[in-house]
Amino acid sequence: MVTRRRSPWLSLAAFAVYLFLLGPLVIVAASAVSDTEYLAFPPEGFSLRWFERIFEVSAFLDTFWISLQIAVAGTVLALAVGIPAAFALKRHGVALPSWMGTFFVLPILVPEIVFGFSLLRSVSVSLDLPIIPTLLIGHTVIVLPYCVRVVSASLANFDFSAQEAAISLGCPPVRSFFAVVLPNIRAGILAAFILAFITSLNNVPVSLFLIGPGVSTLPIQMLIYVENFFDPTIAALSVLLMVLTVVVMAVVEKTLGLGYFVR
Amino acid sequence: MAPAGLVILVILVLPILDTARGTLDAAAGHGQAYLDFFDRGLNRGILWRTTKLALIVTAIAVVLGLPTAFYIARSPQARRSMLIVAAVFPLLTGTVVRSFAWIVILGRNGLLNDVLLWSGLIGEPIGLLYTETAIVLGLAYLFTPLMILSLVGVLENIDHDLMDAARSLGATPAATFRQVTLPLAVPGLIVGSVLVFTGSFTAYTTPVLLGGQRNTVLATLLYREAMVEFDWTAASTIAVIMMIVTVAIVLTMGWLARRMNPAVE
Repeated sequence: MVTRRRSPWLSLAAFAVYLFLLGPLVIVAASAVSDTEYLAFPPEGFSLRWFERIFEVSAFLDTFWISLQIAVAGTVLALAVGIPAAFALKRHGVALPSWMGTFFVLPILVPEIVFGFSLLRSVSVSLDLPIIPTLLIGHTVIVLPYCVRVVSASLANFDFSAQEAAISLGCPPVRSFFAVVLPNIRAGILAAFILAFITSLNNVPVSLFLIGPGVSTLPIQMLIYVENFFDPTIAALSVLLMVLTVVVMAVVEKTLGLGYFVR
Repeated sequence: MAPAGLVILVILVLPILDTARGTLDAAAGHGQAYLDFFDRGLNRGILWRTTKLALIVTAIAVVLGLPTAFYIARSPQARRSMLIVAAVFPLLTGTVVRSFAWIVILGRNGLLNDVLLWSGLIGEPIGLLYTETAIVLGLAYLFTPLMILSLVGVLENIDHDLMDAARSLGATPAATFRQVTLPLAVPGLIVGSVLVFTGSFTAYTTPVLLGGQRNTVLATLLYREAMVEFDWTAASTIAVIMMIVTVAIVLTMGWLARRMNPAVE
């Protein structure tokens, strides 16, 4: 057998690409502790005052709260309509025309900025809907494809005869969905939740058109700040957001793992 | 299924169709909005710049993504998961944070200027930020992970025996890569390229932060027409042009993928 070895050039190329992918995030983290009024890397001196500064800017706290609410509520709504859709696609997949699967990933195919602008024209202005509900339905739609796709993937391993067995033993179909199907795809639902939550929390192009006086989202507020100030505050905030991303992933993973042990 | 379908239809499809209708309804006559758009040299320049930048970014993502994905696919299982997580993490970090990173690197007191000053190549800090190069770097940074992930899925499924067979029959590693691995990786390359090109073509955050005022792209022009000039017909026209390009790319590349590999659905 020919030995499969990777050439040193390939390893070097991969190492360089990873340096390119992760280096900038390390640089952001390092510049967050710089004791200078301007962005500097390598950091000059050491100070945590830019982390303190985040909590002195009320706009960051207010918009973080709004972003958090929109992300949680939008994800829950998307899961509420997305899980039954994924279930129907998998259960009756063969009998359905193939475009139906594509229909649910449409929000990924449509440029977000086009969707945001169209939502402004049709919903925000024509229907005169307030900002928060408009943001909520916009975010629900952009995270819906992730919910449908991830839940569908986890349903691929589900044996539908388990549900049929429950029904044939007298369990009402709706109850069998909650008692048999849902517990079996719990991991997929959690994965969908994290992915959708983070996607919503980071969104700029859709929120951009829907925000209004006094109501904004955290990424938009950060964008405005970066355009106007050149100090390390955003670097510090970026560090907190990266930590949040890691914590959300780790906590859910841990909860998921523990859940499996309890069962 | 009906509720989810209804949500997408009412909140996504109908508003976008209404935007498209808005460009044809203009009192001036059908298609006038498009004639107006292409009539301006500035707009044609912006459309060209956006296309050019998206093509360059796609090429960079292929060049960076291919060897990396190949390396990941050939790594042992445990290491492979770690490498994939390391590629996914930047994707889960927001576009504002990731574009901001390049402000830190390219800024006047940034890393790159420091290195150039230290090496003596330049005498004083130069303006690296707010250039087309800055946009390209930022977008390549944003989308290379997507290319890597699209390719890893395909490369992992390639039967290694095929490569071993080529090698044992006397093919050089380069020839094996070119004649066996690369053709089999084409479906992943196509999916990745579609994602990177359409993502770059419609990106807003990165061009705003790294391109500044002068280097307008379609997305920033759309925003300006809609929210600064309040010319919604012009903004809708740009939106439709973006949609048409995106749909055309998705359909063409899908057709190409089917043609080159009938097994791909």
